[in-house]
Amino acid sequence: MNGFLNWIEQRIPMMRVANMHALQYPAPRNMNFWYVFGFLATIVLVNQIITGVWLTMSYEPSADGAFRSVEFIMREVDYGWLLRYMHSTGASAFFIVVYLHMFRGMIYGSYQKPRELLWIFGMFIYLALMAEAFMGYVLPWGQMSYWGAQVIVSLFGAIPVIGPDLVIWIQGDYVISGATLNRFFALHVIALPLVIVILVFLHIIALHEVGSNNPDGVAIKHKKGSLPESEKTPYKIHEYYTDKYDIADDVVPFFPHIVLKDLVAFCVFLAAFTYVMFFAPEMGGKFLEHPNFEIADPLKTPEHIFPVWYFTPFYAILKAVPDKLFGVLAMFAAIGFLFALPWWDRSNVRSWRYRSGLHKVNLIVFAIVFIFLGYLGGTPQEAWKLIASQIATIMYFGFFIALFLYSKNEKTKPVPERIPK
Amino acid sequence: MSNVSVDANEPAHNDNQPKNNNRRRFLTVATSVVGGVGVVGAAVPFIASWNPSAKAKAAGADVEVDISGIEPGQLIRVMWRSKPVWIVRRTPEILEELKQHEDNLKDPNSEAEQQPAFAKNYYRSEKEEYLVLVGICTHLGCSPTHLKNGAFEEIVEGVPDGFFCPCHGSKFDMAGRVFQNVPAPLNLVVPPYQYVDDTTMIIGSTAEEA
Repeated sequence: MNGFLNWIEQRIPMMRVANMHALQYPAPRNMNFWYVFGFLATIVLVNQIITGVWLTMSYEPSADGAFRSVEFIMREVDYGWLLRYMHSTGASAFFIVVYLHMFRGMIYGSYQKPRELLWIFGMFIYLALMAEAFMGYVLPWGQMSYWGAQVIVSLFGAIPVIGPDLVIWIQGDYVISGATLNRFFALHVIALPLVIVILVFLHIIALHEVGSNNPDGVAIKHKKGSLPESEKTPYKIHEYYTDKYDIADDVVPFFPHIVLKDLVAFCVFLAAFTYVMFFAPEMGGKFLEHPNFEIADPLKTPEHIFPVWYFTPFYAILKAVPDKLFGVLAMFAAIGFLFALPWWDRSNVRSWRYRSGLHKVNLIVFAIVFIFLGYLGGTPQEAWKLIASQIATIMYFGFFIALFLYSKNEKTKPVPERIPK
Repeated sequence: MSNVSVDANEPAHNDNQPKNNNRRRFLTVATSVVGGVGVVGAAVPFIASWNPSAKAKAAGADVEVDISGIEPGQLIRVMWRSKPVWIVRRTPEILEELKQHEDNLKDPNSEAEQQPAFAKNYYRSEKEEYLVLVGICTHLGCSPTHLKNGAFEEIVEGVPDGFFCPCHGSKFDMAGRVFQNVPAPLNLVVPPYQYVDDTTMIIGSTAEEA
């Protein structure tokens, strides 16, 4: 057996990679439940790819056949309903774990130096995921698929001068049509999954280069030669890390310690996921909207058009601005501001455990505002909601502005040198 | 067998440095430019393939409509380029209404280029009786609902007829002009059209073009 492994190792660095990135990867020992969502996101990604491949086997990407073929999958393919619900529930689950994963990064300052690029790769994954989810939602070719696509694609029409031609180019027709459906299908099943997988790879490589943050935001890597032997970790850590740094006795190897913790989270997640999948796959019209059980009709707009829940915060921002071009700009700026988070925050202290009360309040208010915007963007327009969404939009951007202003001279608590016992 | 003579005064060129930097720079730039042109050229078919196909363009051709059967006040829908086009036969009362709410409109005089030149007039139409509009909201592309005989009063007080977009609440009058304080920025589009005779209309081209 050893001979065989050596034979492989001399030809491809299988064990070296396994050691470097799992068996001997130093993970902070104080990682809490907030640290499971990256793992869960990876699991959901695998779920989406596998169920997606299987759905493609019975799906028919054409304006004539799409809706029918989805019904065919639901009713006539053995376990087709299960594969489809795994995929559709997986899409919403993906955004739930990604939003929690991002909020973890925010509260523990995981975007701060030296993890700026890690954050940016993560944001690109988020962006690619939104495009992937949007195009995937068009494929069943129901009413909400069609009119949702209409709304999103026409956003590009707000661009001065080239807008109207750009919209026709994206659609491949003068309206959303079978041509649009087919190109979205190609992007959804081939182009964007490749992009997402590559970005996830880069995200993990970048993570392992800078090292995992932790709830205390305390560095686990110390300058070479700065730690006495007694304070170094007793675990076997890969030379890639120990050659450059002294690794403190604050770490455990990623495998099996962190992986086992992640697997516990996975069991809890799986219980929730399967419950939704079996008993509430439509989630009261939030995961699968009711108008989408009707075939797309270009001559009949549904009474209310909402994007799926994970887009609604940004949709509320779009609707809050009375001008079309500025509404679109505000919506993209909302994502752009998030991209630049490492530069809005000028504090050196990462974790909210050691930061000011103001910072904690700001983060919690931001989370509430984001959820509230999601509510506003996903329910019918009313007079009070317009004002509310305008206030919430200002508060959304206000989070970043306030952070920029107070973080420079923020009153923080002393951060310990080492992870507290 | 080549006869290589080694000049003892020349430094040995084993340091992998270019002998002539200018020539090397020129070659690098020239290769990059030629390669760049190639990349741009190769990108053309990929980008152009996203344009509407010949079939889609053919499907976008002009549409002939018989308007003799439209009752006063009635709205008919025809498809042009897969878009709903409304043709409304406006009664004298409806035409009279148009004058009542001008202060309430964003662009009462149709300054924005949302109509062919011949329709840049008070009624936004060639013949005032027939209103022709693309039935797609200028906000985000939903199709507004025609509310008539007082049903529109619930939306805008004192205006009995109009169009209301259910998506984001945009409101338009019976000339497709947008009301103030709604998300839609512009009046509804008047498509190019022309009359062949009193009862037949062609959607998609104007008399000037033909």
